[in-house]
Amino acid sequence: MATPAATSKTKTIEISGLNFFYGKTQSLKNVSLDIHEKQVTAFIGPSGCGKSTLLRTLNRMYDLYPGQRAEGSIQYRGRNILEPGVDVNMLRAKIGMVFQKPTPFPMSIYDNIAFGVRLYENLSKGEMDERVEWALKKAALWDEAKDKLNKSGLSLSGGQQQRLCIARGVAVKPDVLLLDEPTSALDPISTAKIEELISELKQDYTITIVTHNMQQAARCSDYTAYMYLGELVEFGETDQLFMNPHRKETQDYITGRFG
Amino acid sequence: MIGEHSSKQYDQELEAIRSKVLLMGGMVETQFEQALNCFRVGDIAAADKVMADDHAVNQLEVSLDDACSHLIVKRQPAANDLRTVMATIKVITDLERIGDEASKIARTAKGLHERGATSFAHYDMIRAIGKNTSDLLHDALDAFARLDGKQAMAIIAGDEIIDHEFRTILRNLITFMMEDPRTISSALDTLWVAKAIERIGDHAKNIAEYVIYVVEGRDIRHSNPGKPVTQEG
Repeated sequence: MATPAATSKTKTIEISGLNFFYGKTQSLKNVSLDIHEKQVTAFIGPSGCGKSTLLRTLNRMYDLYPGQRAEGSIQYRGRNILEPGVDVNMLRAKIGMVFQKPTPFPMSIYDNIAFGVRLYENLSKGEMDERVEWALKKAALWDEAKDKLNKSGLSLSGGQQQRLCIARGVAVKPDVLLLDEPTSALDPISTAKIEELISELKQDYTITIVTHNMQQAARCSDYTAYMYLGELVEFGETDQLFMNPHRKETQDYITGRFG
Repeated sequence: MIGEHSSKQYDQELEAIRSKVLLMGGMVETQFEQALNCFRVGDIAAADKVMADDHAVNQLEVSLDDACSHLIVKRQPAANDLRTVMATIKVITDLERIGDEASKIARTAKGLHERGATSFAHYDMIRAIGKNTSDLLHDALDAFARLDGKQAMAIIAGDEIIDHEFRTILRNLITFMMEDPRTISSALDTLWVAKAIERIGDHAKNIAEYVIYVVEGRDIRHSNPGKPVTQEG
């Protein structure tokens, strides 16, 4: 059995020398960092610092937009996912994403979850029922949703919708969950539930979260990366970074001295 | 050095706390000096004033604790700001205790002088430790005001000297008491005063340790930071 220290050292994703361009504008400059297995890694920094861009490179979400390109290396499962031959759909099944605003599909709660699973797996009705229940339980939504699985996903509250999106992401059994400001549109109670969920989910998944809420990063991440103007300023254990950062730039940002 | 917050209000709140701590520091410093003077000359009225002043010091501790709690709930301070607030909460506890020790010295001085003349030079016994501790306390408050980590390290070393002086006083007083039992009551009074001074030295050292925590983010309490020189060879 692996000790916690040993598991925390395992790297799921290794980013090195990553540059990213929106057309001619460079928005990530030589970023290198490791995402550790079954740990929560938070990206913080002011708007436009490249934290969301960095998150979006991890499952090549940027591929959807012409003129955007990444250079460098993102090693995942022994290969550089930036290479042309990578099956982007399989990649996104393994590295799932949840967005800032809840984005349930206009279909039933059940189908919201089954939709993604059907793309990758051929399950019987019974197996699919089990998978839907499992995913909703993982996302701490089962108790609230079990009696209305056939109701529209849009009938749920904002916080419930976001947990539905997390359930949808979890249902395809990914390795990594990318959360892009998952609580910025939610009230404090829903936010607390999502944060609680993050700490539950990290038992099984590697999680990367972009957040503007520094207390959120301090509360629910193990590692934090502070970014500014496309550069990685400081990366380290969250406790250390928030108590005693090495870099003055980091300290200025987390203490609210940012000009 | 450390820039301003985006929120001016936040800067003002931190500054208000800081200047109140320094005010409190000045108050206990005065209390301590006046208490030593009472012990020297036996000014009963001055001793009563030192004890009465302790009330104001206690009030400041309460209001500073409250200000720190409010700052935490409103601003969620991080990094050096958080360390400053945490250190402040601890520093004011030490300052309040210094006030208590000064009152104790004043009370003992009052009792000693009310009973009449002493048969030995009671003040000479504590003159040196009193002066050294008074300097140490002043330096500790100075280091806190200027966030001077180097000065703080020197204070920690200085406290060892005070502890040593206290043990010397203890031996001397025991000698007096054994030679002439009539000195026992005034010797004990002097011993209480010396002990209170020695405790004030400890509190000054604590303050120095918090300064290092604020400046370097390193908690050196219970780690003998003054000693590694001999062990590293």
